[in-house]
Amino acid sequence: MDVRLSPEQEALRDSAAQVVARFGPKAVGQLDDLARQGTLDAAVDESGWRELRAAAGPGTPLASGVEPAIIAEELGRGLADVSFLGPTLAAELRRVAGAPATSSGETVGLDAGLGSPVHAAAPGSSPMVAIDTLGCDWALSLVPDSDGYRLVRVELGPTRSGLDLTRPSVVLGSLAPPALVEGATRLVTADDVTRWTALGLTLASADLTGVMGGAVALACEYAGARRQFGAAIGSFQAVQHVLADAFAVMEGARSITLHAAWAVDALPAPDALAAAAAAKAYSARAARTVCETVIQVHGGIGNTWECLAHVFLRRALFSGDICGDASVNLRRVLRHHGLGGDDGLC
Amino acid sequence: MDFADSPDESAFRIALRTWLAGHNPGLPASSTDDAYWAGMAAWHRSLYDAGFFAMSWPTEIGGHGLAPVFEVIVDEELAAAGAPPRPSLGYLVQGILEHGSQQIKERFLPGIVNGRERWCQGFSEPDAGSDLASLRTRADRQGDDFVLSGQKIWTSYSDEAEWCLLLARTDHDVAKHRGISAFAVPMRQTGIEQRPLRMINGVTKEFGEVHFTGARVPAVNMIGEPGEGWALAMTVVSHEREPGELGYVARYAKMVNDLARRVRADPAAFGSEQVRELGWAMVEVEMLRRHVQRRLSDRLDGIQHGPEGSVDKLLMTWVEQAVGHAALGIGGLAHGGGDDSWLHAYLYSRAQSVMGGTSQIQRNLIARRILGLPAPS
Repeated sequence: MDVRLSPEQEALRDSAAQVVARFGPKAVGQLDDLARQGTLDAAVDESGWRELRAAAGPGTPLASGVEPAIIAEELGRGLADVSFLGPTLAAELRRVAGAPATSSGETVGLDAGLGSPVHAAAPGSSPMVAIDTLGCDWALSLVPDSDGYRLVRVELGPTRSGLDLTRPSVVLGSLAPPALVEGATRLVTADDVTRWTALGLTLASADLTGVMGGAVALACEYAGARRQFGAAIGSFQAVQHVLADAFAVMEGARSITLHAAWAVDALPAPDALAAAAAAKAYSARAARTVCETVIQVHGGIGNTWECLAHVFLRRALFSGDICGDASVNLRRVLRHHGLGGDDGLC
Repeated sequence: MDFADSPDESAFRIALRTWLAGHNPGLPASSTDDAYWAGMAAWHRSLYDAGFFAMSWPTEIGGHGLAPVFEVIVDEELAAAGAPPRPSLGYLVQGILEHGSQQIKERFLPGIVNGRERWCQGFSEPDAGSDLASLRTRADRQGDDFVLSGQKIWTSYSDEAEWCLLLARTDHDVAKHRGISAFAVPMRQTGIEQRPLRMINGVTKEFGEVHFTGARVPAVNMIGEPGEGWALAMTVVSHEREPGELGYVARYAKMVNDLARRVRADPAAFGSEQVRELGWAMVEVEMLRRHVQRRLSDRLDGIQHGPEGSVDKLLMTWVEQAVGHAALGIGGLAHGGGDDSWLHAYLYSRAQSVMGGTSQIQRNLIARRILGLPAPS
């Protein structure tokens, strides 16, 4: 066992951090700066990060689960308003379905709870949500077929909104039925979906880890500058202790997510899913608490639109739901230990 | 980047598993029982003689000089077999390795490592807990000896120990942190009285309090220079928070698995809140397991005694107390009599946020030394 990042992985982390530091939003007002956003998107495009899970050879991805998790953490930390998680999961779907890679911007469509990429029995009968849609024109998802699933895609309409101010969603209406993806040579198996879900949970957990790190840094900066009773509020133990707790759970989330990222390809699919579910349950619960703490440390300002604290919280809540919230994933963990019933794939 | 065993690690794991099949001492696997503490000395020697103790310590002192991950393998296999955990003596070894003279190291370390000499730690005092530097036990020079007077508390194994790693004040004219020295004190002499402390779970063999009234320690038994006691104490307490010492993770995993087995045997007997609590305990244990693996891997780049140990200690505390709550909810309160070991496990978990530095002290350290928040004015 040696779970240190390789020099290549460290370099990847550093270059992601640099891109986010240069082009990411530094204030709420900058979220509307489309020129900056375009530059960030172009930098991510050039890096090839969104293709890490595309096929390198027959069925094999270019990179393990660890590399995209490294990117996701840095993007979360810097509140990067650029699509990554969605396109990465779309590339994963294309690979397992044996479909050729595409240069058109694709993300994934999930059910309304963001739990599963599988359409209900009658396609189009229940609304799906395309996540992480910046720069994307298409959303991939799955429809059940005899012994597995077929890859389908729909074109995204223009309406973009949502809880997360950095990664808008598009609600896919029931009017446009999805079409089978051309060139898909394989039926997607239940095992594929399990592993895909493990990747989705892992990337969401990595994003949450980054969000926690960025939010704690924001609060520490504020606590060092804001003065009350003649002293920086960060000198008060009441403030120090909640931030120390926030930092500690962030480190815990990083550790459990690192293992989930490794497990995506290294363990049998059910074990990979259990590892990812544990990481996601831990990270989702932790991230909400941490972001709430960060709002509290900012006091009144933390409750205003202008403060980045709520942007972190919103991103945490959104990532917290991707491929299932804390409660869904707690059930997955219990089920892996032989406790609780089976409630479907996701 | 690999969480799996290397071929060497795997071979070691199998050898240990095979040995354990014939050498499990059959002690209570939990530290919530006096029989467990009474059997620890023999268990230590048995593990050592078989080559399964001190895996990552230097070979010169009787260790095997392997990577710290081998300690984790030992912890995992012991817990899986239901055997008692390995004795946690790393604090003593690190403290003496880092601060002792060559002579002190050669005299004491082999006996600590091979389990032939039993030690206790004389740090805390009734009026010096979190504020350890205000300790008042004094060591006064008389000829070739120092004469000791004062009282220590929370002294683990004080009843069985032949030696005590003692902090005492040798200089009363300097700042409180600078006047403390460390000694290796022989315990079996007049002028030392110890009495066991009974903990909230009923255990009496783990901790004691020790009174020093004119006991003597040879001056050559001072560890480090005069006044180096505080530095040694900091080495020791930060080591106590290090991942290799967090061998409890395997024990927590075993408790969680035992609780899960209990629920599977009779699911109707448990409500959703109890099962939920168990689920969170599973998640917490998984987190700590991966966290320890990450920290141990980082240590392949060299040993560190940094403030990140405080993060590890906080995480471990939350895990133990989450497992404690699951034990309470599922193991239950045996109102009708019967097995109260789960209650004892829960009660024992409350000490985790106090011993080895309270959670409040850990938070102070994280805030100041990692987050860079300003000192209280």
